Amino acid sequence: MEYAEAQAGAGAAHEGGTSTKAYFVVFGTLAVLTVIEVLIPTRLGFPKNVQIILLVFLALWKALLVALYYMHLRYEPKRLKWMVIAPFPLAVILVMAVLTEF
Amino acid sequence: MTTHAAALDRGGMDATEVGMGVYNMKLGMWVFLLSEVMFFTSLIGSYIILRSAHPDMFAQPGEVLAVNLTAFNTFLLICSSVTMVLAFAAIERGDQAKLKAWLIATALIGMSFLGVQVYEYIQLSSHGFVPSVEGYSAAGAPLYGSTFYTMTGFHGFHVFVGVLALWYLVIQAFRGKYTVANHGAVEITGLYWHFVDLVWIILFTIVYLI
Repeated sequence: MEYAEAQAGAGAAHEGGTSTKAYFVVFGTLAVLTVIEVLIPTRLGFPKNVQIILLVFLALWKALLVALYYMHLRYEPKRLKWMVIAPFPLAVILVMAVLTEF
Repeated sequence: MTTHAAALDRGGMDATEVGMGVYNMKLGMWVFLLSEVMFFTSLIGSYIILRSAHPDMFAQPGEVLAVNLTAFNTFLLICSSVTMVLAFAAIERGDQAKLKAWLIATALIGMSFLGVQVYEYIQLSSHGFVPSVEGYSAAGAPLYGSTFYTMTGFHGFHVFVGVLALWYLVIQAFRGKYTVANHGAVEITGLYWHFVDLVWIILFTIVYLI
């Protein structure tokens, strides 16, 4: 699809898109989650396994916020969303398959 | 028109149903970013696997690496993501002045991130933590050193390329190249820049905190 065609027709993705206020709300959330992430291994004293689970969860949450709102993936066509999701199971399989060798 | 007619000939599908529904530059950038996902997966995945296999050769959080400084650096990169998306929002409504301002802010913050990273590298190497040194006593480089510098070095290189692209956008913006109807380059550079931030979010967690 050419750019002009997309701007004329598929611009609906931005009509219901993210407002400036929402960008700052996401920024605030990312900042708070980063602070919590730093506190987990340095101050909160959880067992190592719990730390890992919490940190990975928080990192994925932050990554999802960036992808959905800053990269506007939330408002893109479904086909593109599926295309973006596709490598992640492959990446997990790649790491887990080799990890089980040890 | 030709595409639309051909699509109807192929079975009555509307032309807008053909393809991914986004313009070519954006689709190209997304495909490139997905290849980068596999690239960084190979680096981060290798780190995870090597660390699982040889935990004695890696330090605990804060023992070697400066967590607080890098947390500040992470915050800087998140700020740059905000300024980038505000630049995009500005040109979407035709605000040329804000576009230029936010693009410059993004580029400057990106350069600050690189500056802090270079400072960190200098500090680490002055304490003997370099990419590969046999017999380094603290936390057993070469594995730790080589994996750390490879991952963060490649990410830093991506940030550097992003900064160059941002300055190009700034120059083009001052030339009046971007309008409401034509700002694809701003959007796809934004996608790249947010991806760089996203990778750092993962890297910071896995390398510095776990």
